[in-house]
Amino acid sequence: MNLRRTLVMARKELLHIVRDPQSLAIVIAMPVILVLLFGYGVNIDLKGLLVVVLDQEGSQQSEDLLKHLQASSYFHVAATVNQYGALTRALDRGDAKAGVVIPWDFSQRLHAGGPVQVQALVDATDDNSANILTGYLQSVIQSYSAQLQGDWLQNHGVAAPEVPVVVQTRTWYNEDLESSAFIIPGILALVMSVIGAFLTSLTIAREWERGTMEQLISTPVSAGEIMLGKLLPYFVLGMMDTILCALLAIYWFKVPFRGSFLTLMIASAMFMVVVLSMGFFISVLAKGQFAASQIALITTFLPAFLLSGFLFAIEQMPIPLQVVTHIIPARYYVTVLKKIFLKGTPLALLYADLIPLAIFTLVLGVLATRSFHKRLS
Amino acid sequence: MTNETYSVVLDGLTKRFGSFVAVDNVNLQVRRGEVFGFLGPNGAGKSTTIRMLCGLLRPSAGHATVAGYDVARSPEQVRQRLGYMSQKFSLYADLTVMENIRLFAGLYSVPEKQKPERIAWALTMSNLNGRESLITGALPGGWKQRLALGCAVLHKPPILFLDEPTSGVDPIARRQFWALIHQMADEGVTVFVTTHYMEEAEYCNRLALIDRGTVVALGSPSELKDRAIEGDLLLLECSRPGEALESLRRVPGVRDTAVFGSALHLVVEDAATAEPAIRNAMLRLSNEVRRLERIRPSLEDVFVALTASRRAARERTA
Repeated sequence: MNLRRTLVMARKELLHIVRDPQSLAIVIAMPVILVLLFGYGVNIDLKGLLVVVLDQEGSQQSEDLLKHLQASSYFHVAATVNQYGALTRALDRGDAKAGVVIPWDFSQRLHAGGPVQVQALVDATDDNSANILTGYLQSVIQSYSAQLQGDWLQNHGVAAPEVPVVVQTRTWYNEDLESSAFIIPGILALVMSVIGAFLTSLTIAREWERGTMEQLISTPVSAGEIMLGKLLPYFVLGMMDTILCALLAIYWFKVPFRGSFLTLMIASAMFMVVVLSMGFFISVLAKGQFAASQIALITTFLPAFLLSGFLFAIEQMPIPLQVVTHIIPARYYVTVLKKIFLKGTPLALLYADLIPLAIFTLVLGVLATRSFHKRLS
Repeated sequence: MTNETYSVVLDGLTKRFGSFVAVDNVNLQVRRGEVFGFLGPNGAGKSTTIRMLCGLLRPSAGHATVAGYDVARSPEQVRQRLGYMSQKFSLYADLTVMENIRLFAGLYSVPEKQKPERIAWALTMSNLNGRESLITGALPGGWKQRLALGCAVLHKPPILFLDEPTSGVDPIARRQFWALIHQMADEGVTVFVTTHYMEEAEYCNRLALIDRGTVVALGSPSELKDRAIEGDLLLLECSRPGEALESLRRVPGVRDTAVFGSALHLVVEDAATAEPAIRNAMLRLSNEVRRLERIRPSLEDVFVALTASRRAARERTA
């Protein structure tokens, strides 16, 4: 391995990137766009759900219940209607996700001490959101009835009974249950897949396509020097983008960062080697720019997006898919990212994910090196 | 070092791609400082041969040595000693002239001390002084070609392999290019060059004619012209060459006829006896003979004659 020749190769590669507006855009703009897109656009929290209310009674009591509803940050009372038809129309048009109907004998029944039924109509087009919404509604109404019960007992001079078992929930790591905190760290895996696999597969396939590779391998430069020289600039750019994404996540989107920066860099460097090796390996096999870049996207970006736990929790996938995720390097990296950002897990405790990642790094690195020979055929 | 006088030696060199034999048992010796031409049509196996000699393809059988090193066993030793210009334009189009030169100087490990002198030399040779910062892709074809040559010889290789170096270059640039090649040969560089331009082959000291992977003739251009055609070559200009082409084949003593521009080339056993017979035949056809004389064959005549007789022989055996 001749260091000077490697650096000469790396310098040439850097010039290609600087001269090519598309590569530049991918290196500089894409990470920022992805972070902003997912930071703002993909919000799987349910907040401020629009609710239409039909209060048939209009009493002190019914308004009390509505205040409870309004006070919760999950709901926003969009309109109060006075006809059942108006309420169903609002749901039909999609003006509201739920309708709440308070019956005309609401307070009367309450005073009588009998059970009171409040009707909720939920738009279940999206079953997941409908489930969550129903849960929120139930908890709001339950807390309201618990309060009523307590008040009644107090008014009658009886101390509120102790509830024997109470669940005290405290959410850890992502205390505010912000989905952006869960999603944004994983974007690093997407950015690296594009830079590491997509861009490098393009640049190497381009050399085969244009015939420059033939000239290159006729010189004394070795296969290792060609590979290292070509990948080095992308490694550096990928790491710089990692830092850029992390800074955006931490300072713009206020994603908590509890781990060490060094741990983040070590894990990222490992994943970068994985995607670079894949990009290199693919381009050696495909030798055409179009084929190589498509294969690179399908084998790195897509799994990083769908099967890494970046957006969709692996535990909720069907079992066969869960098994498949084990051969997706991005899965381990995304897990590590979430642990570093949200939990602050130290390097020593990340071995369960770092060891598989290290194996991928090694195997794919060797595979890429072995695949490339200074021969045509 | 096996042989001081020969820079390139091919010994039964063969390359098969599946069942297709691209290069078939080629034996050649190229002397030091020689401009050696490899002449043949597209697909004859020229590029495949040159790629084996540069260590880019592994021979299926046989051996080749370049500068004394076996191309299959020590390709890196060979690469240190050769300059190669592939058929496609192979510099980086998005880099500037100077960036390309510096890149190849680096890849060939030109020593730092010699670098400024070699870079200046390459610029002068390619006539690109003062144009160092132009983007290579925007240069005219002839300039690109000279720059590619300049980059291929930055490390002063003793042997230069050029694969169709002048394809797509205008005639003036082509002439300048050949002047450069001879200049280098004068300095002792061995030049192995492929071409399918017959007129270009005249620039070579020695030639191998290659057809379908086999060498069909070997020698200097004038040797080939004298030896390769059995019998004499006549040039015929007449009023209706199309008709004469067919009917003259039946005249005794005429072996072959071919169109050359507006005239015909006739291969005959003996010019003295064939001439009156041809004139008679033309008279009967009332096809006016404007000119009929013995000429020296061109390389194209040689090539046509050799490949035609070989193909005919092959068809007979098949």
